[in-house]
Amino acid sequence: MPLLTVTDLRTWFHTRNGVYRAVDGISFGVERGETLGIVGESGSGKSVTCYSIMGLIPQPPGRIESGTAVFDGVDLLHCTPAQSRAIRGKRVAMIFQDPMTSLNPYLRISEQLIEPLRIHEKISRRDALTRALAMLEEVGINDAARRIHLYPHEFSGGMRQRVMIAMALITKPELLIADEPTTALDVTVQAQILELIKKMQRELGMAVIFITHDLGVVSGLCDRVQVMYAGRIVETSDTRTLFYSPKHPYTRALQRSIPSMQAKGTELFTIPGMPPDLSKPISGCAFAPRCEFAVERCHREIPHLEPVTPTHTQACLRVQAGEL
Amino acid sequence: MADPILELTDVQTHFPIYSGFVRKRLVGTVKAVDGVTLAVERGEVLGLVGESGCGKSTLARTIMQLVPLTGGTVVLNGKNLAANSATEMRETRRGMQMVFQDPYASLNPRMTVFATLAEPLLVHRVCPAAEVPARVARLMETVGLAPRFVQKYPHEFSGGQRQRIAIARALALEPKIIIADEPVSALDVSIQAQILNLLAQLCRSMGLSLIFIAHDLSVVKHISDRVAVMYLGKIVELGTAEDVIDRPRHPYTRALVSAIPTPNPDVERARQRLVLPGDPPSPIDPPAGCAFHPRCPYAQEKCKLAVPPLIADGPNREVACVRLGEI
Repeated sequence: MPLLTVTDLRTWFHTRNGVYRAVDGISFGVERGETLGIVGESGSGKSVTCYSIMGLIPQPPGRIESGTAVFDGVDLLHCTPAQSRAIRGKRVAMIFQDPMTSLNPYLRISEQLIEPLRIHEKISRRDALTRALAMLEEVGINDAARRIHLYPHEFSGGMRQRVMIAMALITKPELLIADEPTTALDVTVQAQILELIKKMQRELGMAVIFITHDLGVVSGLCDRVQVMYAGRIVETSDTRTLFYSPKHPYTRALQRSIPSMQAKGTELFTIPGMPPDLSKPISGCAFAPRCEFAVERCHREIPHLEPVTPTHTQACLRVQAGEL
Repeated sequence: MADPILELTDVQTHFPIYSGFVRKRLVGTVKAVDGVTLAVERGEVLGLVGESGCGKSTLARTIMQLVPLTGGTVVLNGKNLAANSATEMRETRRGMQMVFQDPYASLNPRMTVFATLAEPLLVHRVCPAAEVPARVARLMETVGLAPRFVQKYPHEFSGGQRQRIAIARALALEPKIIIADEPVSALDVSIQAQILNLLAQLCRSMGLSLIFIAHDLSVVKHISDRVAVMYLGKIVELGTAEDVIDRPRHPYTRALVSAIPTPNPDVERARQRLVLPGDPPSPIDPPAGCAFHPRCPYAQEKCKLAVPPLIADGPNREVACVRLGEI
């Protein structure tokens, strides 16, 4: 029984310019203690998926058209506000891409750190502060006893992300959703933060959903990876299989366009064209217009995820027909 | 080093910090760029890497004369830029152009592509006004945009296409050298590759020199002939792209290279990563001696004594580390 099971999730945005199908029918599960990577380009729906699970979609214009997200027996998309409060922020926590904008600039770090504890655990302020201090030390902030009373602007980008992580983990969640937590950071700081997430995961035994566009980050961190394109999952498997024997043409193209995978001085492989406009209905496979293997059938039939092996599924019609 | 297009000698850019509201007092100096000596050959692509705050963007702006030089000289095409009069400067600027990181912020949202690309041509009177439309169309074709989009506004384009417009704008005056400050950092992987291909092809076909600033070492390695690594306003390592990235010598470069995640699970999981502790120190009050010593795993007492100079380490290689032979 997976910790989180998402089934047929559809999140659409109803805008003046039409219905934007940001997430269009995706299903996946996360096991306890597992790290799942969600990879895709901007606009592929990877963030909207997680925002939907966390109830952070602004409604309107957003609307969850269908689907369930069952976390330990409770459907997060259709539960009572009280049920949801007991889970979100306590048993499921989230960290965001930009640590500059996701901390409140008017509040001291100490206030922001103890807030989840005061809400979820009904403990005294003094006890909460002790826990907060221990947590700050845990995430590697030196001189935590002094720094806990500072404001966010007094911290560097990497330190703010550490504070965000401390805030998310202070209630010892079972699932952490990390939305591009290292994209805004330097590579050296990124390495520190990735090590920290791995360490905290080992200590707390939590599951992690890691959203990123960087295949390099995924390769070292994740147990399983799913690749999204235009609001759907196109391929999902364990990390090794995805890197060493990818099946879907989009996954392969994505991998081939990484500069370090290609000989220097050669023309870099590029995926022609641009991702589709999600406000227009897509007939057939969304990747077909950019796919070098597309045939007439790809523009007509909608592909569905089908297993290649029990742990590897993909959604390319031609691979499924054994043509590729 | 026969024919450099751009020569920097001991370039310094310092920003004073004032305190006090009515009576301002000088309380310190941010040494953003602190003694950079560098030459860029004709047709060469020089990669400039370093963490945020290391001074790489300030160096670019200093070369472009967008911020005043505190010390040292910038010589472009044999001419010292500091000695230029205002009229000469106008002429000199034609020879160097810049492409910025964020194509959403660097294009005027109220100007059509035509207006954006025609402006430099008209300001510098490159050609008679009647020829401008044809030149604009040619520029658009050069960067891979269909000339029929000429009357569109920036918001009608995707990030990659906007960056193409910014590149076309930089090319309008047929410069000798382009400085690209993180031109692909804001773009998706598949779009990144398109822009990198375009830049590489332009350099080859037009004999352009390029200073390519980035923090992504794999991108830099792909496009650059030589790479310079900066730390806290100084160059700590300089050499060919393969040497610097595949066989780094300076401990900082080693840490930087070791921090790049590789898209290869077996390699990634097996490797020993050199994770640097802490953040880069403040450029207001840099550590004594080698600025890297507080984070360096190989630091010794002698590292704290003097600022290590860049010393030659084989042909085409310079490294600034006193323990070079020992580690």
